[in-house]
Parts: sequence; C-alpha cells; structure tokens
Amino acid sequence: MAMSWLWLGMVAVSVLFGAAHGTLDEVSAAAAEGAQQGVELCLAMAGVLCLWTGVMAVLREAGVLDALRRALRPVLGRLFSAFRSDREVMESLSANVAANLLGLGNAATPMGIRAAQGMARRTPGVASDALCMLVVCNTASIQLLPTTVAAARAAAGCRTPFDILPAVWLASACSVTAGIAAARLLARLWGER
Amino acid sequence: MSGWTALLVPVLLLLTALAGMARGVDVYRTLGTGAEEGLRVLLGILPPLIALMTAISMLRASGFLDWLGTALAPALTWLGLPPETVGLMLVRPMSGSGALGLGAELMEQYGPDSLVGRTAAVMLGSSETTFYTIGVYFGAVGIRKTRYAVPAALCGDLAGFLAAAWAVRWLFGYG
Repeated sequence: MAMSWLWLGMVAVSVLFGAAHGTLDEVSAAAAEGAQQGVELCLAMAGVLCLWTGVMAVLREAGVLDALRRALRPVLGRLFSAFRSDREVMESLSANVAANLLGLGNAATPMGIRAAQGMARRTPGVASDALCMLVVCNTASIQLLPTTVAAARAAAGCRTPFDILPAVWLASACSVTAGIAAARLLARLWGER
Repeated sequence: MSGWTALLVPVLLLLTALAGMARGVDVYRTLGTGAEEGLRVLLGILPPLIALMTAISMLRASGFLDWLGTALAPALTWLGLPPETVGLMLVRPMSGSGALGLGAELMEQYGPDSLVGRTAAVMLGSSETTFYTIGVYFGAVGIRKTRYAVPAALCGDLAGFLAAAWAVRWLFGYG
C-alpha cells in the first residue's frame, strides 16, 4: 500500500508541477518513454547480473558462504551479546550476514527472519535492542560486490563498472558504523526494553 | 586508481572457478543455475521498474526534480552532496526499483563516470530499501512496538549517502 501512495504522489506532483510550469507536453511524452526505459534497463542489465548471480552460486557451492559464516560468529557475538549463548539464533544470524556480504539476498532474508523469530520469543510484539540491531545490520547494506549497481553502470555504457568498489566499501562501512552507533545510543535513551 | 579494480573481475572469475573445481563443484552447470536465479531476479524487478520508471520519467520531465535540486542546492552542496542526487536519496529507503531507476537515469544523463553518475552508483551500492526491510523483518515476527529501529536505520542511510559523496570526490579526485 505504501508503494501505491508513493507512486500516486510522484504522478500527482508531475501533473500539478507540469501544469503550473507549462511542461505537460513533456510529461505526457515522458510517461511512454519511462515505461520503455524500464524494459531497456532490465535488458541491458541482464548479462552482467546473471553472470554474477552465477558466480555467487559457485561460491556458495564451494563452501565460501559457510567459511564466511564461521568467521563472522565471534564478531556478531559481541554485537548481539544478549543472544551469544543461543546457538540457533547465532547460527541464523551469521548465515544472514554472510549471505548479505556475498549479495545473496534470497538466502539472507529467510536466515534473518529465523534469527528474528528466535529473538522475538523473549519480547513478543516489542522490538528489543537485539531486534533493532538486526534490522540496522540488514538495512545498512554490507555487500562486497554490488552486482546490480555494476550491471546498471554497464548498461549506461561504463567499461569499468567495478571501479567504484573502494568507494562503495567505504560508504557501506560508514553507514553500518553510524547505524550501529545510533542504535547503541538510542537504546540508552529509550531505556525500557 | 583503476589499476586493481580492472583486475578484480577476471581474477575473481578465475579464483571462483578454481575454488569450485577444488571442492568438486560442477562449476559450469552451477554458473548456469545461478544465472537462472539472476533471470528470476530480473523478471521480478521488471514490472515494478516499468511502473516506477514511468512515474520517475514524468517527474523529471515536469521539471520538479530539477526544481527540488535547485531549491535544496545550497544545503546539499554545503554537505558535499551533488544536488542532482536529491530524488535518489528520497526514494532510496522506500523503493529499491525506484532508486535503481532514478540512479540509472542519472548515469544515462550525466555519464556513468561523471561525479553525479558515480555518486549515484555508490549511494545505490551502499544502501538498502530501509522501510521495506524493516517491514519484512518486523512483519514476519509480529512486532508492533518498533521503538528506535526506524530512526537508527535512517541514521545509517544518511551517513552512507554523505560518505558515498565524500568517497567519490576523494577517491576519484573530482574538484
């Protein structure tokens, strides 16, 4: 439903702004062009995107995902200290973050939800500090290879779509750090759990 | 700067194939099934992308996005953010396909290797669809009191956007 409001808002603003500024002709032409662009973008992205989902599948089969999950456990134990001794939650959690790092969104979400279910058992209906932290870890993208963006860059004619990687890692690190810091700070301000 | 990132793709492909073979994975077949997964992803984003690109394209043609960028330009420039990315930052937490559409348009318009194009790409690559993600997780476990989850996640997004703009300026040496 929220998306319907967003879409309605965008169309309404275009029509009203277009009417006020005499750009309605352009707006009407743009509607058809935009739909076409959506299809073209998908087609132009297809090659790069499918190549990398293939590579990620090989990495998963080769056990890289499992190795990453084991490596992450100690770090996550510190971040989610309330659940450090809960084996089930910690396993799902590290699988969730490992899948996110490799950009395996389809694998990450079910694992994250399983971790969330384990956490929610202690505080039904209320987002505990751990649940807020889980959400922050999943909303601050921590992806080693942002393949969709690389595919979009390639679609726009870029010959080195991955040259933004260091910048992406830097920005992701800042985003995760700020999110965790904000969660820690707000946890103290909110008081009651 | 572009030296080692140019090597990254071929080397990563080689290492992936080697690691797969060493573990007895049928690399070629798995690449195929993985690519099939990519097709399903594309098929999933195509319909919303058509809807959102239509609206975004209208919004741009009406002049609203330019107007918004100009209106907020002093504040955004002061923060080091390219004013052209204002729409992208607003849509990003709400819609992944919408943000992708806006970003793709910026890359098309200004060029993927321009300051605006690169900043848009880094913003997209370093953020998530925050509201959607929160909805999925809290919906799945029936959370009604979300406490500080939304503001904390949005703090992360904002920091990511600022860092994206600064990192692109710094690493690619735009004036």
